[in-house]
Amino acid sequence: MKTWPLIWAGLAVVALVLARAVAVPDGWLWPPQAMHLPLARWISAGMAWLTDSAAIGPVTVKDLTRGFARLIEAPYEAARVLLVEGITEGRGRRATTIVPPLSWVAVTVAAVALGHYARDIWLGLIAGALMLYLAVFGQWDSAMITLASIVIAVPLGVAGGLGLGIAALHWRPFERVLSPVLDLMQTVPTFAYLVPVLVLFGFGPVAALLATVIYAMPPMVRVTLVALRGVPPEIVDFANMAGCTPGQRMRKVMLPVALPDLMVGVNQVIMLSLNMVIIASMIGAGGLGADVLESLRRLNIGGGIEAGLAITALAVVLDRLGQALATRAGGGRGAKGNWLRRHPRTVLVLAVTLISAAAGYLIPAVQDWPKEWTVTTKGFWADLMQWINVNYYDQLEALRNWTLVNLLIPVKDFLLALPWPFVLGTVALAGWALGGWRLAALTGALGLFLAATGLWEQAMITLYLCGVSVLIAMCIGVPLGIWAASGETAGKVIGAVIDTLQTLPSFVYLIPVVMLFRVGDFSAMIAVVLYALVPAVRYTAHGLRSVPEELIEAGIVSGATRGQILRKIRLPMAVPMMLLGLNQTILLALSMLVITALVGTRDLGQEVYIALTKADVGRGLVAGLSVAAIAIIADRLIGAAAKGARERLEGGA
Amino acid sequence: MTRPVKLACRHVWKLYGPHPERLVGKSPSLDEIRASGHVGAVRDVSLNIGEGEIFVIMGLSGSGKSTLVRCLSRLIEPTAGEILYDGEDLLKASPARMIEIRRHHMGMVFQHFALLPHLTVLENVAFPLEVQGMARPAREARAREVIALVGLQGREGHYPRQLSGGQQQRVGIARSLAVEPDLWFLDEPFSALDPLIRREMQEEFLRIQKQLKKTIVFITHDFDEAIRLADHIAIMKDGAVVQVASPEELVLAPADDYVRAFTAHVSRAKVITLGRIAVPGVPADVAGTLPAEARVEAVAEQVVTAGRPFAVEREGAVIGHVTPQAVIDVLIGRGG
Repeated sequence: MKTWPLIWAGLAVVALVLARAVAVPDGWLWPPQAMHLPLARWISAGMAWLTDSAAIGPVTVKDLTRGFARLIEAPYEAARVLLVEGITEGRGRRATTIVPPLSWVAVTVAAVALGHYARDIWLGLIAGALMLYLAVFGQWDSAMITLASIVIAVPLGVAGGLGLGIAALHWRPFERVLSPVLDLMQTVPTFAYLVPVLVLFGFGPVAALLATVIYAMPPMVRVTLVALRGVPPEIVDFANMAGCTPGQRMRKVMLPVALPDLMVGVNQVIMLSLNMVIIASMIGAGGLGADVLESLRRLNIGGGIEAGLAITALAVVLDRLGQALATRAGGGRGAKGNWLRRHPRTVLVLAVTLISAAAGYLIPAVQDWPKEWTVTTKGFWADLMQWINVNYYDQLEALRNWTLVNLLIPVKDFLLALPWPFVLGTVALAGWALGGWRLAALTGALGLFLAATGLWEQAMITLYLCGVSVLIAMCIGVPLGIWAASGETAGKVIGAVIDTLQTLPSFVYLIPVVMLFRVGDFSAMIAVVLYALVPAVRYTAHGLRSVPEELIEAGIVSGATRGQILRKIRLPMAVPMMLLGLNQTILLALSMLVITALVGTRDLGQEVYIALTKADVGRGLVAGLSVAAIAIIADRLIGAAAKGARERLEGGA
Repeated sequence: MTRPVKLACRHVWKLYGPHPERLVGKSPSLDEIRASGHVGAVRDVSLNIGEGEIFVIMGLSGSGKSTLVRCLSRLIEPTAGEILYDGEDLLKASPARMIEIRRHHMGMVFQHFALLPHLTVLENVAFPLEVQGMARPAREARAREVIALVGLQGREGHYPRQLSGGQQQRVGIARSLAVEPDLWFLDEPFSALDPLIRREMQEEFLRIQKQLKKTIVFITHDFDEAIRLADHIAIMKDGAVVQVASPEELVLAPADDYVRAFTAHVSRAKVITLGRIAVPGVPADVAGTLPAEARVEAVAEQVVTAGRPFAVEREGAVIGHVTPQAVIDVLIGRGG
């Protein structure tokens, strides 16, 4: 094992020489044409067959998907009627409202009541205030469109995840099939989902909703499996001894006992749904995501920031309510008495809904927040941007150029100058060093897949942008994590900040970056760093905090200074956890890279984005799978390194 | 003293590994099982458990006692053998029949209580009745009865997490008794409790059993607990039963060194009964009459204080007498 550092150093030297000094012959720099498999064409052909002529008996797949879409459309339409449109008569401008949608008053009161139910009146007030914010700043209608999608997507995602999880629990072969599929689904970037959904279900809110459900479901499946497996075996034995039928055992024992853990999954589904609903605006979801997208396309800074802040408000409301509900699950039940007494909040909300609907006929302000009361901040943001650009243009531009010239471009050139067999060999060798021949075979095979897709150049650009961003994210995140672990107050403040960062849909990160640095690799890098920072901080802090108190005490008794304790005890013990953080950072960076395609990168993300705009399933999936291949290589290599580090620590203990 | 057999098992095996069914037909030895990559959790166990007795299965952790009791209740499917409940082979019972038997004839108490955290004490105790489909008023009335039996009146509305460990296990006991089972499994019920509470719960358990006279299979790793409670003890090692005997026989005639190691430190007075040390004939100056099943420790003070012999009777017939000297001999470990 001692020889590995030497080997790596030697490889680095070879790499530098190859990149700088040697003219690499054709076919060695990038994989030759002959190697390319027409994967995209195959997938597209398969898809075309699936949509055009595939049939199960007399039912074509097309009918099936359309029927499925209609199944989802009905509840979605109901949610839209309730929150957005109301029941109207006539069409277009002459449409008259017969029954209005829920008024802003009713929805805000409902948010307050839900907050109060989930935790206390303070959470209720926060939720209510944020809803009020949406009304005051003129984002109400878009927010309600987004909310309507979430209200439908979340139950579907939760129910689907529960169903698949329970099926996998009872039927081992199914789990063995499901598990790698879930792995893949979590590494394939979000945009790649959109393409086949687009082809199968067409452009529109229903397709967007489906993509959202598919995207948000995998964590629920996993959480279901873990939560149900976590039910103590004695409790399962008890259920059997009490004479439960299998159905009773699941309904009356397993699910209620696992409920607190399941709620964690529900919260994840909520947050992922929000993230995806925003992204799915690209295939017609509408709502806040569409506002952001439009603003980005037209470089309408003010509008983008307003919509972005509205998404943030909605995200915070949903996240805090979801978390509070998860904590609350497993708590006792409320008061006794008749239905009215037991459900005071429900009664209140129903009353407010009816009264506000009635009052809305007389006083329109109760129904719709009046336009003239709306505060707009568009001008403010535009002015602010102008001011920044007028006064700090040189500094910002200098920062951008310096980074491009000294960091981004050299790394990019270096990676693009490496011959592909060398890269492939290095990846396989790393697999062998960290996890033996099995891992070497896996990483080598995935590398070969990348070579065969014909997207080698884009893959290397992805690697470069991701690598630089992750490096910077770690350089910022690790010290922040150390700081957060150093004291109570610092931990709380940083924890609150990264909690908020994590609730924001990835789209939102693009807005300030584009404002300040225009489009290009530098902007993409900053957005990725911001988005991928969270796990670096969180895992570092968690790793440092979970070092056993005994070891710290042993250090103190030995007379170590604070710095020595950090360097010689805490950090080495935290290495496995920090490696997991690095792993998460890379995965987040890759998923964000695809979204930064909107600001004009030239990597695999762009490839997916182009495929999306052209509805080219083959191209989109191949590029998506390529990103997944990079993600899996990184994930397995770092996972093996973390495992090795942990074993060394535990073996020594 | 022989009771009708309530539960019996015949040549029960439970092997874990790649091909347990193939191996079990050969009645393999422990070494053969290990050599073939299997684990012998239960090996060729045959037991007779009499109606109304407390039958203790004793063994250290990993000896297979927990697996055995789960085989007896068919929570785990044995690899081979028969489990006879009132003569019916449970291993041949259909799932529906098994549910039926468990709903009406079996109760089980668990080491870590296995209470449902989302239900109150009352709902927990009523749960087995709810599963049977009993209406709410009837099941709650029955639940209140058993809650009173274990002394938890007034806590019906509490949730398990609001109770101490001892109280939680009382709920577990009440719940297992709610369906009036005639077979009562207790899987290390007091092991998770503090020593003082454990003692108290053992007393409580004996009091309840005196009242209800269930057929009990009681698992423990604590030899003192075993001899305190048991009518019969089966000692397990490496999945096999080493010896089945009354506590007295175990102490006086251990089958092998393994059993001897357990019994060596046990105070004789705790297990030896008056019937064992009684000598024939009844002197004229007896101070009273004592039952033959009484353990020496329990009556020692009475006999020694009286300073005179006591008559000993079994099932109403006098079988002899004990002298204070004989009692003292047992107490100080001489003879016996």
